[in-house]
Amino acid sequence: MNVLEVANVSKSYGGIVALNGCSLNVAEGQIAGLIGPNGSGKTTLFNVMTGYEKVDGGTVTFAGRPITNAKPDTIFGMGVGRTFQLTRIFPRLTVIENMHVAVQRQGMLGLLSRWSSSGEHQRALELLDFVGISRLKSLPAGNLSYGQKKLLEFAFILIANPKVILLDEPAGGVNPAMINVLAGRIRELNRQGITFLVVEHNMEFVMNLCHHVTVMHRGTPIAAGRPAEVRQNPAVLEAYLGD
Amino acid sequence: MTDSMAKLLKVGSLLLLLVLALLFPFIAGNSTYVTIAIFAFGFAAAATGWNVFSGYTGYIALGHAAYYGIGGYTLAILCQHWHIAGGWIPFLLVPLAGLVAAVFSVPLGAIALRTRRHTFVVVTIATFFILQLMSYNLRGLTNGSSGIDFPLITDWGINIPGISFADFYVLPFYYVALALTLVALAVSWFVRNSKFGLGLLAIRDDEDRALGLGVRTGPSKLFAFVISAFFAGAAGALLSYYIGGVQPTFTFDALFDVAIALMVFFGGIGTLAGPILGALVLESVQKYSATVFTQGGGGVYLIIYGALFLVVVLLLPQGVIPSLSILWNKYVLRRIEPTDAAEDTSAGTPGAGPVGDRLPRVNEGASA
Ligand SMILES: Nc1ncnc2c1ncn2[C@@H]1O[C@H](COP(=O)(O)OP(=O)(O)O)[C@@H](O)[C@H]1O
Ligand SMILES: [Mg+2]
Repeated sequence: MNVLEVANVSKSYGGIVALNGCSLNVAEGQIAGLIGPNGSGKTTLFNVMTGYEKVDGGTVTFAGRPITNAKPDTIFGMGVGRTFQLTRIFPRLTVIENMHVAVQRQGMLGLLSRWSSSGEHQRALELLDFVGISRLKSLPAGNLSYGQKKLLEFAFILIANPKVILLDEPAGGVNPAMINVLAGRIRELNRQGITFLVVEHNMEFVMNLCHHVTVMHRGTPIAAGRPAEVRQNPAVLEAYLGD
Repeated sequence: MTDSMAKLLKVGSLLLLLVLALLFPFIAGNSTYVTIAIFAFGFAAAATGWNVFSGYTGYIALGHAAYYGIGGYTLAILCQHWHIAGGWIPFLLVPLAGLVAAVFSVPLGAIALRTRRHTFVVVTIATFFILQLMSYNLRGLTNGSSGIDFPLITDWGINIPGISFADFYVLPFYYVALALTLVALAVSWFVRNSKFGLGLLAIRDDEDRALGLGVRTGPSKLFAFVISAFFAGAAGALLSYYIGGVQPTFTFDALFDVAIALMVFFGGIGTLAGPILGALVLESVQKYSATVFTQGGGGVYLIIYGALFLVVVLLLPQGVIPSLSILWNKYVLRRIEPTDAAEDTSAGTPGAGPVGDRLPRVNEGASA
């Protein structure tokens, strides 16, 4: 079953066509990869799937429900979390405070009570531990290194228990040892039932991690399949070398 | 120094400050100084309220003089219509005046908050001018440019031997102003430690991201705006009562917001104690220089203001409180946690980052 379905989506910025009749399905329980040269529309696809950009045409569906042009918070609330290529964390909040932003509370009373309950704090620390940065919990997030920020953003998405996570270049700027840890964490979460869609330039990372890979070129997929198949595809080599 | 010792020190020094504030009129022994303190605390309350919105969300509002004015006019109009005699009763109506200002701020804030950044600033300034204009033109209610006088206070109903009427006169105003500041501080503290407040701080850093993570940004901003309008209104009511009347020109004062913003930036925007410190220092300097330099039209304070501001911007660019707390953190880190500090250097020790923009809650031990 497909948990995410993008059908014939188009998106232009002025004269620039970022997505051109793009269709893509993500099967439930998969770690799906999305690769393609710079400017091929991967980030734009993430943006329209998560409500940060509106489509010019086409539809997006999550778990059978239409989410085309829905608001980012609605889509997040339904269970689709994402990270950004250039991380979007809260630099002046501490790491542990960042972890609490995505914690949902109900009603006026929930909003007016303390920003962290002991249960929430516990869970936040566990997740920071999970990505290996709990020792930095009291630092302003802006003081973290680039890679640590990526890990923090990943961790604070997790706190909302998403069903699907879209990661935009999660390994960029992360040191090699940490990249292996990250891949292990993604696999572990995937075993627990979370579906992933991962954009990444690091080919080794994608080929080892993903069950299925889609290749984007000029705003539309040109190949899809198992990593080994995709790697052999002449159209893919052409796309990368031609640009 | 241990954690509990630091806590004890903090509570102790806060209590000491409170006792000092309570005894101040008797220490000062001069009603001129007490008068200065009335204004200083009135502004401290307004600045603390302003900070709950502008400091926490990063939206700079420059039209709160409108709410100050509404507060002042509300109290004056109520006293006039209900034939309230000068004395204690008007003090009881100060919260009501704040509430009326808060009610006005709901639609006005909702409109302004449809915009962001520079546009937001301009819209808030515009709301101020509209309301000032209304205070001129709704003559039936506001008495136009002549304004409204508060009822004279001829008798407090209390006689303390050894304290003259003139010396006693300032005391009720002083303590109400102090109480208002303490209430504002409590609200600011409460907001800062709440889930709602965390949302405000997230808005300041990246509003769209916060919204995307489920923070109710719209209602949160508006609620913070209304809180800040309440304190501007209450301060306006109290200080107008002390001044003795309201008038479009000085009750709706365009310089009010400049003063408030300067105070908050001076003390440290987004901090708990910063706005109070800023207001106490700057308002005292202004009022004191006005009594000392009677020549020159009372403009000398602007020069002193400017100089003080330059010093802070150049030496303590984040405001007094954050700069001090960063120094304090460095000191503590070096003294008690050399190993932790070494471990975390990969990410930069607190305070070692680029100057400018961090106000972590962890720093408050030293500041608030
Ligand atoms: N906000 C935007 N405004 C204008 N052009 C954009 C915007 N976002 C993306 N683009 C353009 O759309 C194309 C696809 O970009 P993007 O989705 O970021 O590619 P990728 O993530 O695959 O590198 C590029 O040509 C890019 O310049
Ligand atoms: Mg991209």
